[in-house]
Amino acid sequence: MPLETAPAAAPVRDTSAAARTEARERAARHRRIGVHAARAAVLAGVLGLWEAAARTGVVDPFNFSMPSRIWDQIWQWVAHGTAQGSLGEQIGYTLYEALLGWVVGVVAGVVLGIALGRIRFLADVLGPYVKVLNAIPRIVLAPIFLIWFGLGPASKVASAVVLVFFPVFFNAFQGAREVDRNLVANARILGARNRQVTLQVVVPAATSWIFTSLHVSFGFALIGAIVGEYIGATKGLGLLVAAAQGTFNAAGVYAAMTILAVVALLTEGLLTLAERKLFRWKPADAGDGR
Amino acid sequence: MSGAKDPGSPGGAAAGRDVPAIELVGATKRFRTPSGGLHTAVRDLHLTVRQGEFVAVVGPTGCGKSTTLTLVSGLEEPSEGEVRVQGGPVAGIGTQVGFVFQQDAVFPWRTVLSNVTAGPRFRGVPAAEARERARDWLARVGLAAFEDRYPHQLSGGMRKRVALAQTLVNDPRILLMDEPFSALDVQTRALVSDQLLELWSGTGASVVFVTHDLEEAIALADRVVVMTAGPATVKQVFDIDLPRPRTVEAVRLEPRFIETYREIWASLGEEVRITRERGAGSAA
Repeated sequence: MPLETAPAAAPVRDTSAAARTEARERAARHRRIGVHAARAAVLAGVLGLWEAAARTGVVDPFNFSMPSRIWDQIWQWVAHGTAQGSLGEQIGYTLYEALLGWVVGVVAGVVLGIALGRIRFLADVLGPYVKVLNAIPRIVLAPIFLIWFGLGPASKVASAVVLVFFPVFFNAFQGAREVDRNLVANARILGARNRQVTLQVVVPAATSWIFTSLHVSFGFALIGAIVGEYIGATKGLGLLVAAAQGTFNAAGVYAAMTILAVVALLTEGLLTLAERKLFRWKPADAGDGR
Repeated sequence: MSGAKDPGSPGGAAAGRDVPAIELVGATKRFRTPSGGLHTAVRDLHLTVRQGEFVAVVGPTGCGKSTTLTLVSGLEEPSEGEVRVQGGPVAGIGTQVGFVFQQDAVFPWRTVLSNVTAGPRFRGVPAAEARERARDWLARVGLAAFEDRYPHQLSGGMRKRVALAQTLVNDPRILLMDEPFSALDVQTRALVSDQLLELWSGTGASVVFVTHDLEEAIALADRVVVMTAGPATVKQVFDIDLPRPRTVEAVRLEPRFIETYREIWASLGEEVRITRERGAGSAA
């Protein structure tokens, strides 16, 4: 008899525990669904209000456009291409300029930042010049680059480079300066020469500093490319904005903006993915699922 | 006390047979403080460490014990006086020196195995051989199963053992330890200390072990050097005649240990009191 009751009791406890676990999971799932639904509702509400206001004439649809027109504009560009060529080509151009400018700016910023962070003499000599250059609002250089490098991609790449360089440089410099002195001392005692200390201690230690600047700086690269195209170009999303503005096509400006936002979010996502791979050695923080 | 004040003479006698592992001759180190003044960390330091000897250096907190180690390692140069390692003057960081730091100094972005291979790789040992030697040392510190982990995935005691393996894999003739176990809890500390004694007995390396814990110093060392309140210099040197092999938990209970402790504390306690009074004075 006891032999029967004992095994019977355990499953009862088990099922109740399992039920509670399941209930907790269900609650968490419901919460997630609730958050997503609320987010969608906010978006739908804002767009709906805008659409309604424009249709009823509360805001002027000519100046402010409306979501349905913007969508039509995007769809038209996707299906029939823009006046400058296919939409994909425009996005490709802008991305190409931004990416190239970003890579050049990041490489230059990291190399110079680490070099100045490691070599005191260089930092002392070049420091004031870097500060002066950084004080210039660099976006005004875009017209100069247009004069120097012409309407092609080179002038946009140049504006992207100058925008990207400084935040990356300052972060790399700071990262190289703030490397844990114990780590450097340990490496030197273990037998590392100067170059090994730089490449195998300073650079890895500075990567988290550098990566924070990479997120911001890709946005800057896009800004550089777009502004450059806006001022004068033969292809690109910035040119779409300029062309739409020239024909008082508000929907066109918004449509180009929407496309830009999507592109920026996608690249940001890729960067986050790369970062997770690179920082496996870091303790998992709250956001990490580990 | 005045006779023990010059530890150079007993060390010098031994040097006739054998070159001392470490000699500090009138070494003084001054640092420039951020406010522009001069801070003397150690002054007129005379100390001799024989080959294969385990010397513990005790002194009040912040008196300049660690500076002694940075002078021997070559990380810093003395402002005055001379530092000799294996008979030759120290010029830059020597290849025969290992250093275990107070804080975690293992590379957080490298796995355990990669951390231990770092030393040999820096010194140009081929990767395969470096890995083999590293695995051997990881096995000796009992971390063979953890070679793929990153430091943040280990406990404090395990990280310290990684640091030990990382240092010992280079086969240092001289092992400098700067309060290496001060961040560990008491039980872990006893365990890692025993492990250190076991590993050291096989190497024949000379050890300078800086600590502010007198018990730890007596339990581990052949000689205990008492430093004065800062600027530090050698106050007195005590021979510890406790038999080896020792286990730190057991040796602590021996009457001879307690006797030695009382004797050394009489000397060290005074310096600790001076340091405390100064602290109170500057706080007021």
